[in-house]
Amino acid sequence: MQDRKEKRLAFLMVLPSIIAVGIFVYGFIGWTTRVSFSAWRGMNPDYTFVGFKNYINLFVNNLRFQIDIKNTLIFTVVFVLGCLILGLASALLLDQGLKGESFFRSLFIFPMAISYIVTGVVWRWLMNPAAGSRMSGLNLLFDKLGLDFLINSWTSTPTWGIAFLAIPAIWQLSGYTMAMYLAGLRAIPDELREAARVDGASEFNIFRYIILPLLRPVTLSAMVILGHMSLKTFDLVIATVGKQLVLDMPSVHMWQITFDGLQYGSGAAISILLLIFTAVLIIPYLFFSLRKEVK
Amino acid sequence: MIRSRTRYWSYIPLVLLVIFYLIPIYIMVITGFKAGDEISVKTMWDLPKTMGVENYLKAFKQLAPNLLNSFKVVIPAAILSSILGSLNGYVLAKWKFKGADVIFTLILFGMFIPYQSVLIPLVQFMDSIGLYGSIPGLILVHIIYGIPITTLTFRNYYASIPNELVEAAKIDGADMLGIYRKILLPISIPSFVVVLIWQFTQAWNDFLFSVILTQPQNWTVTVALNNISGGQIIPWNLQMAASLLAALPTLLVYIFLGRYFLRGMMAGSLKG
Repeated sequence: MQDRKEKRLAFLMVLPSIIAVGIFVYGFIGWTTRVSFSAWRGMNPDYTFVGFKNYINLFVNNLRFQIDIKNTLIFTVVFVLGCLILGLASALLLDQGLKGESFFRSLFIFPMAISYIVTGVVWRWLMNPAAGSRMSGLNLLFDKLGLDFLINSWTSTPTWGIAFLAIPAIWQLSGYTMAMYLAGLRAIPDELREAARVDGASEFNIFRYIILPLLRPVTLSAMVILGHMSLKTFDLVIATVGKQLVLDMPSVHMWQITFDGLQYGSGAAISILLLIFTAVLIIPYLFFSLRKEVK
Repeated sequence: MIRSRTRYWSYIPLVLLVIFYLIPIYIMVITGFKAGDEISVKTMWDLPKTMGVENYLKAFKQLAPNLLNSFKVVIPAAILSSILGSLNGYVLAKWKFKGADVIFTLILFGMFIPYQSVLIPLVQFMDSIGLYGSIPGLILVHIIYGIPITTLTFRNYYASIPNELVEAAKIDGADMLGIYRKILLPISIPSFVVVLIWQFTQAWNDFLFSVILTQPQNWTVTVALNNISGGQIIPWNLQMAASLLAALPTLLVYIFLGRYFLRGMMAGSLKG
């Protein structure tokens, strides 16, 4: 009896949060979905139902949205791979019990504490594509160090410019990836490596056949987390390259056509597509993580 | 033998990585110290000749109202979403009602959504309740969208506390709120630090909500910085000084409380 009353009180304690999240997450998603099926253009809401028209318009003859898709794909691949490679490499380097490990670890992660809005400006300067006497930023540094082969036009590179925008993103999140890998490496018992060494396995083979397979869950988690972040990339684009059509991303597109262009229907359609792609990545991951926890 | 030699060589890539992570900060700090006649593209990598702080003073003067706005938003938002997260976490870990796990999963999903998918209704809704453009409105938004991660962190922590502790307290006659207040709340202070720091950093670095939901006089520091940076009107040394000032609060939190920051960061990947 007492217990039931307590449980009711417990439920009442979470109720405000349930209502808040219910409205601000699920209610608003529903509302945005409704807008995405509407003809709303201009200052005043117009919920006239137009079916999938806004979605179809995005996929048919919309050059900007095609650029968005291409850019998101290139950016995601470069960003996720860059973070995984750099993160795993630095985790392996730090897993040897070196002197100064905690210093290196803290230093590799600190970019995560700073906003893209702050660092984006610096990166814009560092990745300046100007050539000749106006050369600056990293190109100038490469020139001074005799590393001329590294000089390039960064985000101004035709077609692949967006790949260079992944550099600041890798800079910010590779430390986070490292921390995930480091936690994974620490969970592998030393006996496993010792036993393989006794059996005469080379360090490379131990890595290839024992460590790497055991790190697969970490790699998968990191891919999901980083992948969904890259879909949402917004601040980085605004701060580093501004609103350039060739370097457009869906989030920037949505923001501009909705709040500057007042094309609410199309803006809502883009954001619902973004949500669907995020959900495809995140929902299986959520269920998998939570089920594992119960076991 | 071989192992110790490879360990010695490891410092070379590590130092290269240190350089990679420090380059933007190096440029930001040295440029911020340079006097107006010193900023030229040719000498951008050189150390400043003098260590003038005028740029920092000037940048501070310009950004002071926005820094203040950021503090006004971030502090209450971090505190209130931590309190809510702690209450939710306690109930969802120790007083599971029917459907508690489903509710938890549904709340958790809120932390991964692209906020673009709620922006249009959010603006309309804030406008209709009279909070559009204001600081309290932005605080409310940060509290609500902070609930998923704070609930997650606290729930994971409370779930790791043995149930026997709660059962024993029940036998001693403690009720639900009493157990929370007298037993779980005191031992979860470190979790509070983790969550507070994480929420502080996230809200401080937020750009999307601030730029959409606040009017110019209420702009937080990220929005103000984005407005003055990147243009040709404001000299580089001043831009860099302003950037460093905007980063300073979260940077200091990281330097002094980094351990807790890392724990918050790992909670975000659902690894507890």
